[in-house]
Amino acid sequence: MEPRHSAGAEPVLRLDGITITFGDLVANDDISFDLSKGEIVALLGENGAGKTTLMNILFGHYVADTGTVEAFGTRLPPGDPAAALQAGIGMVHQHFTLADQLTVLENIILGTESLFAPGQQRRAAREKIRRLSADFGLEVDTDALISDLSVGERQRVEILKALYRDVRILILDEPTAVLTPSETEALFRTLKKLVEKGLSIIFISHKLYEVLAISDRILVLRGGRLAGTLQSAGTNRAELAALMVGDKVEETEFTSGSPGGTVFCLKNITTLHRPGRPALQDVSLDLRAGEITGLAGVSGNGQATLSAIIEGRETPQQGGIEIEGMSVRQWSPRAALGRNIGRIPEDRHAIGMIDDMNIVENVISEAYASPRFARYGILDMKAGRAFAEEIIRDYDVKCPSPDIRARLLSGGNMQKLILGRALDGDPGIILANQPTRGLDIGAVSYVHKRLIEARDRGAAILLISEDLDEVRALSDRIVVISKGRLSEPSGRGELSVRELGELMAGHGFADEGSHAA
Amino acid sequence: MEAFEILLTASFWVAAIRIASPLIFATMGELICERAGVLNLGIEGIMTVGAFAGWFTVYAGGGLWLGVFAAAFAGAMFGLLHGFLTVPLGLSQHVTGIGITLLATSMTYFTYRLLLPEVTSPPKIEPFEPFAIPGLSEIPIIGPALFNQTPLTYLAFVTVALVAWVLYRTPVGLAVRAVGENPSAVEAQGISVTAMRMGAVAAGSALMAVGGAFLTMSAFNSFFFEMINGRGWICIALVVFGSWRPGKALLGAILFAAFDAYQVRLQQVTGGIVPYQVFLMLPYVLSILALIVVARRATYPKALMIPYQKGER
Repeated sequence: MEPRHSAGAEPVLRLDGITITFGDLVANDDISFDLSKGEIVALLGENGAGKTTLMNILFGHYVADTGTVEAFGTRLPPGDPAAALQAGIGMVHQHFTLADQLTVLENIILGTESLFAPGQQRRAAREKIRRLSADFGLEVDTDALISDLSVGERQRVEILKALYRDVRILILDEPTAVLTPSETEALFRTLKKLVEKGLSIIFISHKLYEVLAISDRILVLRGGRLAGTLQSAGTNRAELAALMVGDKVEETEFTSGSPGGTVFCLKNITTLHRPGRPALQDVSLDLRAGEITGLAGVSGNGQATLSAIIEGRETPQQGGIEIEGMSVRQWSPRAALGRNIGRIPEDRHAIGMIDDMNIVENVISEAYASPRFARYGILDMKAGRAFAEEIIRDYDVKCPSPDIRARLLSGGNMQKLILGRALDGDPGIILANQPTRGLDIGAVSYVHKRLIEARDRGAAILLISEDLDEVRALSDRIVVISKGRLSEPSGRGELSVRELGELMAGHGFADEGSHAA
Repeated sequence: MEAFEILLTASFWVAAIRIASPLIFATMGELICERAGVLNLGIEGIMTVGAFAGWFTVYAGGGLWLGVFAAAFAGAMFGLLHGFLTVPLGLSQHVTGIGITLLATSMTYFTYRLLLPEVTSPPKIEPFEPFAIPGLSEIPIIGPALFNQTPLTYLAFVTVALVAWVLYRTPVGLAVRAVGENPSAVEAQGISVTAMRMGAVAAGSALMAVGGAFLTMSAFNSFFFEMINGRGWICIALVVFGSWRPGKALLGAILFAAFDAYQVRLQQVTGGIVPYQVFLMLPYVLSILALIVVARRATYPKALMIPYQKGER
């Protein structure tokens, strides 16, 4: 039996022996725990540890192979989200479940009224939402379309959606992944108010400091199993990290680079606004040899456009690119490759790899027409295979053979493959867009180590990341992007997390354009 | 200017509204399907089924309204078939829709031959008669057009108001719109995506079939092959033209019908200088132009044509 965290508190939720398998993968292996009234329990684990799967079972999105879920003493029928809602369980998914072209009000009341009621009680609904917003610090315009809201506001709508249904148990899946530091603080204040009112909360995260800051009790998941249950008051980051990984974690050593001359330069880039992507406004950025420039910012503030322009996938409305002091015409992905720019794309599956092609085909995909891999227009698969094997060996990619489809690789191994392809031939300029997103701690430190090595060889690196800790650890210089504008660059350690967070939220920008020289 | 004077004649507007009526029904039907995230290219065939089912019911001795009901029922059945293939089975909506059109059309012709093996010329029925609304129908030009039509035309306008009210003012309409935007939002709120989509496709298909029945029971008085003649495809375009909104789609249907009524009259005015085929093309050319202008900025239902599989992300 797990030690009960506080005597006398009645459990509102009890999971007992939950097991689920997907093919050969045991995603959840005999997991049991219970949740008390007014308690915040954190579910901590790496990507793939089974946190989200467990919550999807609890919420009826998946059906467990064995095990039961009990809420308020009643067993929930498996695979029935309506029953979970009925029992007072609400979930804020990591990927929001909001309909973009509907208003906030419509999203909140969806499914709360009898489907065949002849009309809607919009006034009463609006009143209730206003009351909930005021009570819990969840300000939002009820008549705005979801598509016009920021990510933080959308999350508030998700929480309101649950509260509107009078949930007693609220599950939040990686809620801070999309928030600025100050938004995270506001969320934490809201959560504290909710537990004061007697709600119980399950908070899913892989960030150690957050889990320590918000929860009463921490459940650590590793490889689908419950690796341990700890009282937040009596533990620390090192202990949690060790439990999470199952091993002592080796800290990567972050050194400073010694910058050389400017090799790549974006000059006064301006783009048009498109739905879901803010326009870049007069953005200038220099990348120097032997230096990592970190671009911090909340997702969706123009990073995707900036990255596409550097890769040559998009042409800016105004402004241009200079490489080693020469202005570049006719910029395209092929030209970028020709200039030896190494690219680690944001989305491994969408842009980085072709999931259904094999490893050999994927690693030569940037250079398949070069004399190295093709002769007289015919592919030299032997050379391709040798290259794939070289990467697999040098980058420690775990795979049975280079002939398997890329889809079968884990995220970490796929990223190592991309890293190997991008760093082949020592590129002078490297664009690393979210290079560690979704990777486990081991793979993260491997990627970091390789990037630092590349920098020390003299590469100019642009690191785009939503993880402020990563940007702060790796970058010699930090630039913040907010609503398509760039902040002045700051040196390593020059600005605090709070100051960077203010910039990420869009405060403290000069009005006239933005220049990071 | 004779070409301009056409626009001032009552008969032109009467014809425009009459031509618009079947398009209005079918466009509303397609709009409901697409709002729920299901493209229904079965529309052309479902209209054919409706045209036949309605007409045959009356021919066999049933009342006119029973005929309308029979058409709606037959349409809903084909809608359920389309829904079953595309929603729980998640098959390609394009391919399934074209299949439904081919199946429904040929089944109709086959049934026609089975039921009426001996006839050479299409038998006639007593169709809906125009019903003049006292007073209102006296208004010059628009009076006869809007208030001296058959009951089915009035029903078409009522349908638009009803569809708009259901979509924007009732919980079930909200759920339909949401399921076409983001099915996982609907699932997360405890509503069945499958039921919402199947229901919407069945209801929409019933309306399409009533649109077809208008042709055999109100515009004409008999059923003949090829009589839908691409009207279903026009309705697909009208939904886009109307940006998936009932009111705008209604305007589009009337606009298209007005072009169509206009080109017939223009042929007479120009007196054979221009080949008549050019005039026949006119409404289609204009609708393509209108699409280019209007629809490029349209916000379509985000989940349109994307099958939803539970538990998949």
